[in-house]
Amino acid sequence: MMKEEIQLIKEGKRLDGRGFEELRPIKIEVGVLKRADGSCYFELGNNKVIAAVYGPREMHPRHFQDAKMAVIKYRYNMAPFSVDDRKRPGPDRRSVEISKVSREALDPVILKEYYPKTAIDVYVEVLQSDAGTRTAGINAASVALAAAGIPMKDLVSSVAVGKIDGEVVLDLNAVEDNYGEGDMPVAMVARTNTITMLQMDGRFSQEEFERGLKLAASACRTIYELQRTALLERYSESMGEGEA
Amino acid sequence: MYKVVIPGDFLSEEANRAGEGTYVDDGKVYAMKYGIMDDKEEIKVVGLAGKYVPSKGDIVIGKIVEISFPYWIVDIASPYEARLHISELAKGDERRIEFGSMNKYLYLGDLIVAKVLNVDAMMRVDLALKDEFKIGGRGRLIEISHTKVPRVIGRSGSMIKMLKEKCNCFIFIAKNGRIWIKGSDDEMNRASQVVLMIANEAHTSGLTDRVGDFLDSFKKRRG
Repeated sequence: MMKEEIQLIKEGKRLDGRGFEELRPIKIEVGVLKRADGSCYFELGNNKVIAAVYGPREMHPRHFQDAKMAVIKYRYNMAPFSVDDRKRPGPDRRSVEISKVSREALDPVILKEYYPKTAIDVYVEVLQSDAGTRTAGINAASVALAAAGIPMKDLVSSVAVGKIDGEVVLDLNAVEDNYGEGDMPVAMVARTNTITMLQMDGRFSQEEFERGLKLAASACRTIYELQRTALLERYSESMGEGEA
Repeated sequence: MYKVVIPGDFLSEEANRAGEGTYVDDGKVYAMKYGIMDDKEEIKVVGLAGKYVPSKGDIVIGKIVEISFPYWIVDIASPYEARLHISELAKGDERRIEFGSMNKYLYLGDLIVAKVLNVDAMMRVDLALKDEFKIGGRGRLIEISHTKVPRVIGRSGSMIKMLKEKCNCFIFIAKNGRIWIKGSDDEMNRASQVVLMIANEAHTSGLTDRVGDFLDSFKKRRG
C-alpha cells in the first residue's frame, strides 16, 4: 500500500514551525518518584516519559546473577493511552527490541563491577508518545541512574535525526516519522563523542548520514547540558524540601 | 564549600590524588558518582544516594530473616545478605547450639547489632556479634540512606551529641543507615522527626544550627 504524500516542509519550516536543526522543547525533572532509588520525568515536545531505577538489589532468580558484576535490566513500556489508537498493553516485538538497544546504550557507561551479583532495574514508561520515545527514554534513564547513585563514567544523551522531503532534520515528530523518508536514533556520551546506540530506518546517502550524525552529536551536547542542570538544580535549592 | 558534581565531570589533572567516587581516564580525574566533591587530601566524591555495601569492620543493625543451620541469615539494608554463624552465640561457655534449637537464641524478625567480620570476593558477608547485641524493648528503628549517616553524626559527633542531649533519648546509628532510638514516646517522636529532617536536608549548610533552633523551639512550645 502506498503512503499518501504529505508535504512536510513549507517555506523552509517544518509543519510544527521548527527549523531543520531545532529540537523540540525539553523539560527534565529529577526525583519524581518517592519509592524508586532514582527517577526522572522527561518531556520532549509531546513525548512524556518517566524513568525509575531500583537497585542495585539482590538478583532473582539466582542463576541470572553475574559473580563479577551487576546485571542491568531495562524495560521500555508504552502506556495503552500513550498513542491515538489504544496500544494493546504488554510487551511486544517492538518494545522488546527497544528495551534491548536502550539497555545496551547505557551499559557501557555503568561501572557494573562495583556491585557484583546484583541487579539494577530500569523501568521506562511512556505516558505520551510523539516519535522519539526511545531517545527520550534513554535520556530519562540516564538521569535516573545518576540520581540513584549508581557509579557511572558519564551520562548518555540521545536524539533522533531523520530525512523529510529530502532534507536531513533533527528530532522528528510523529507526522514526520510516519510520512518522512528516514529516521535515525542515536545515543552517545556527549563529552567524548562515543556512540552507544545507532539505528536507522529508511535510506540515507553517505553524505546525509554523516551530516545527520553531526547534527545528532551537537544536539546530544545540548541535551547533556539540560540533564546536567536538572541534576545540579536538585541540590542547589538551599532549603531542600525533600520529596516526602 | 560544597560542589555538586555529576558522573563524567572533570575534577582535576592530578591523577595521583584520585580517591573514592572518582575514576582516572587518560591521566585525568573524573567523577564517577552524583555527589559532593571533596578535595582536601585526596579528590573524592561523596555520593548523595546509593546502596550500602558492607565492608570489614562496619557496625550494622541487622534483622534475622532466615534460619538455615548453622547460620542465621541477616538482612543488613544492602543488596547483600549477611550470615551469622552459631559459634558467635555459643562463644565463651561450653554450650552447643543444636540443629533444631537455633530459634531459641535468635528468631525471625529479631534485631541485632553486629560487626562485619569479613566480606569475601563472592560478596558473602560474615557477621560477628557485639557484647550487647540484642536490640529490643520500647524503642524504634528508623531507616535512612547510609550516605546521610555522617551528617546525622555531624563533625566529630556534634550533631548526635546535641540530639541525644536535647531529645533525652538513647540513639544508636549504624553504618548501614539504620538508627535505633530509645526513650519516651514524645522524645522518640521528636528524635525521629529530627533525624528524618537531617536526612532530607543533608546537603544544606548550617544544618547543625538549624536543627538546634528547631529542637529549642520544641522546648519553648511545650514549656
